[in-house]
Amino acid sequence: MEGIWTAVAFYLLAATIVVSALLVVMLKNIVHSVLWLAVCFVSMGGLFLTLDADFLAAVQVLVYAGAVCIMVVFGIMLIQRGNMGSTNLFNNQTKAAAGVVALVLVVCGYLAATTPWASPAFAVPEKTVESIAEIMLTKYVIPFEVAAILLLVALVGAIFLAKEVKKADAHND
Amino acid sequence: MLTTISLAHYMVLSALLFGIGLFGVLAKKNAIAVLICIELMLNAVNINLVAISKYLTPALFTGQLFAIFVITVAAAEVGVGLAIIIAIYRNRLSVNLDDFDWLKW
Repeated sequence: MEGIWTAVAFYLLAATIVVSALLVVMLKNIVHSVLWLAVCFVSMGGLFLTLDADFLAAVQVLVYAGAVCIMVVFGIMLIQRGNMGSTNLFNNQTKAAAGVVALVLVVCGYLAATTPWASPAFAVPEKTVESIAEIMLTKYVIPFEVAAILLLVALVGAIFLAKEVKKADAHND
Repeated sequence: MLTTISLAHYMVLSALLFGIGLFGVLAKKNAIAVLICIELMLNAVNINLVAISKYLTPALFTGQLFAIFVITVAAAEVGVGLAIIIAIYRNRLSVNLDDFDWLKW
């Protein structure tokens, strides 16, 4: 019985994810695209719940749906001018892109469907946060610190890049 | 068969999402739209990582940890990418990728 409800949840979430991702790509107004992107990210958090990854679901909603979408909306508001209804158009490589994507889909789908995956030996342990914290701060502590430095560097770099640069230009001239 | 969700289901969903993102990256004019579609591709990879972590190595949690690192890198990438786009917009007054042709000759 539980398997049926997991299957229902999976198919509902998968349909939401694929439809909202298609809308992200197809819509002509980029603000609408970003709103559908938030829908896509939230339903992906639900998908992580069906995979017994509750900490990751929370991180997904916080970081992607909360932070990334809002940041992109702010970026759009800082740069877009004129008619918002035609801010997200296709270029003239659509057919070549569709060909590449079809190739990728056929290869990935074929490999995923034909590889004999091992069935799960046992269930995922209940305490996901404790287990992630244990390996994050023991075996993978150096990648953890490197990720912290990466975030700091990205923060400083983003401020430096987005800063007004007129004074530096005047000085160089 | 239809009611038991296997690893292959998640793999196919992830491949679909990756394909949609790849199509957007290749076929969109707006630089911010390309950035958004890169996020979609990274999320497809995350689904794969977590699904493999559940179905193949349930006790190790390496897949989930790696997904967290991917989320970290994606957040940093969006921040720097938007800053670059804003800086370019100041020079060119455009976010159309076809206008970014400084390296052409």
